[in-house]
Amino acid sequence: MIGAYEITLVAVVSINLMLALGLNLITGFCGQVSLGHAAFFGTGAYAAALVAGGLPLPAVLLVAGLFACALGLLVGVASLRVREDFLAITTMGVGFVFVGVVRKQGFLGAEMGLTDIPDHGLGDLGFVGLCLALVALMALLTWHIKRSWMGFGFAAVADDERTARTLGINAAAYKLAAFVIGTFLAGVAGAVYAYFTRFIIPGAFGFTVSISILTMVIVGGVGSIWGVVVAAVLLTLLPEFSRVINDYKLLLYGALIVLTMRFAPGGLAGVVAAVKARVRPGGGP
Amino acid sequence: MSALLAVEDVLVRFGGVTALAGVSFSLGKGELLGLIGPNGAGKTTLLHTVIGVVTPTKGRVLVGGRDVTRLSTDARARLGLALTHQIVRPFRGMSVLDNVTLAAGFAKTTHLLRALTSVSRTAERARARELLALVGIADYADAAPAVLPLGALKRLEVARALAISPEVLLLDEPLAGLNSVEATRLAATLADLNASGITMILIEHNLAKVAEICPRLVVLDNGRKIADGSTAAVLADAAVIAAYMGKDASGRDPSHAEASHAAG
Repeated sequence: MIGAYEITLVAVVSINLMLALGLNLITGFCGQVSLGHAAFFGTGAYAAALVAGGLPLPAVLLVAGLFACALGLLVGVASLRVREDFLAITTMGVGFVFVGVVRKQGFLGAEMGLTDIPDHGLGDLGFVGLCLALVALMALLTWHIKRSWMGFGFAAVADDERTARTLGINAAAYKLAAFVIGTFLAGVAGAVYAYFTRFIIPGAFGFTVSISILTMVIVGGVGSIWGVVVAAVLLTLLPEFSRVINDYKLLLYGALIVLTMRFAPGGLAGVVAAVKARVRPGGGP
Repeated sequence: MSALLAVEDVLVRFGGVTALAGVSFSLGKGELLGLIGPNGAGKTTLLHTVIGVVTPTKGRVLVGGRDVTRLSTDARARLGLALTHQIVRPFRGMSVLDNVTLAAGFAKTTHLLRALTSVSRTAERARARELLALVGIADYADAAPAVLPLGALKRLEVARALAISPEVLLLDEPLAGLNSVEATRLAATLADLNASGITMILIEHNLAKVAEICPRLVVLDNGRKIADGSTAAVLADAAVIAAYMGKDASGRDPSHAEASHAAG
């Protein structure tokens, strides 16, 4: 049997994995830096909390995803008009606005949040299974997107948007697609979170969550699915296992971002690729 | 007869600088038009206006009689316009082959849903290899653009533009940076492509090369069109000679080597 602690670990790791996979699609595949991923996570969680009483679980997951990606579409459309380097600032603003607005809404429980979110009814093992199945589905989805022509187009837009346009690629549509899919995944993660904790407060969807997820993407290697998965698991579990690391979590994340950017811009995936290239016989001159 | 491409009274201002001061010309199907003029004349800006990277302050761009002035660059690319950049812009994160493969898959990347459901790149890779061979850089297919010499990157630009099967190819100094053997070969390739039906506008500083392959020239100077006509007539035009050589040199034959040297 697995105990409550293990269930918590699986749930927390899974939720972070879903968030990181979604952000990897937006930031990694399509090159759109978002510092507001927690807003879409929160949108999904609140949407799920509101409808969980009246709908079956699959429908709740869907509704949560749809609400989140509706907001994602809105932010995406607005961000098409800002220059690339301002997108990060815009999305960060969206994150703050989200928390600020939710705090003042009575029907969302304001500061006190929403409590008594219905049980998922799957039992402990069932819930663990749901978490793992969703992570596997999302990893498969992003893997498929990466090797599809959509992923090819994302790579072109991330590399040089203007040149991609001269080759007939509608860069705006591609960026919106990345936003919509990535924020849908964040919304589903939000629903899982709501079912898991059964009460949500605005503070759970703040800036530090966005930065933590971004750290996982950067450390794993922007655009690399396995790299991001490894980084998300490690960076979620380390603070769980070490009290010291937990106390200095943000300091660690910040330092990791700086060190990765400075010494290994390709993250874990980049380091492994470099080592492989060096080890492979005949690979060197 | 409606022109394949028409530019009507195009005015482009960047801040206080007038880059194009009301330029008009039209292009029939199958033409190979040389666009020449001294540095800073507005040649690149004109091509950028045609492809939609630059939006004109005034004036219109028509493709097949249809006003495309408000259309995005990607929509114009889908209507059959392709551009090669003077300052090369390969996708640096992709191999040379992938640069061209991506362009060759324009039918798949045009529709998001089709892009999402298509995975196979076999046909596009084969097409890309053909095009790389056509411009003579097949050996570089698997290399990263970063290791290519400038001459090869120039040819990559041409191969990638051809990959979207354009009706009109806008070539911004494709021969610059190539040695004379490479330049002669690529010029011949371009002439062949033109003979096969692709309409082209070629910006080129080497007047001897232009005179060799372009039957018609448009000359820009300081954002204005100062000549438009058959190559022989334009190169004999006093205003053109003055723009290239300065007033003192009028009366000299501009088609010999010194003229191309002065222009470069």
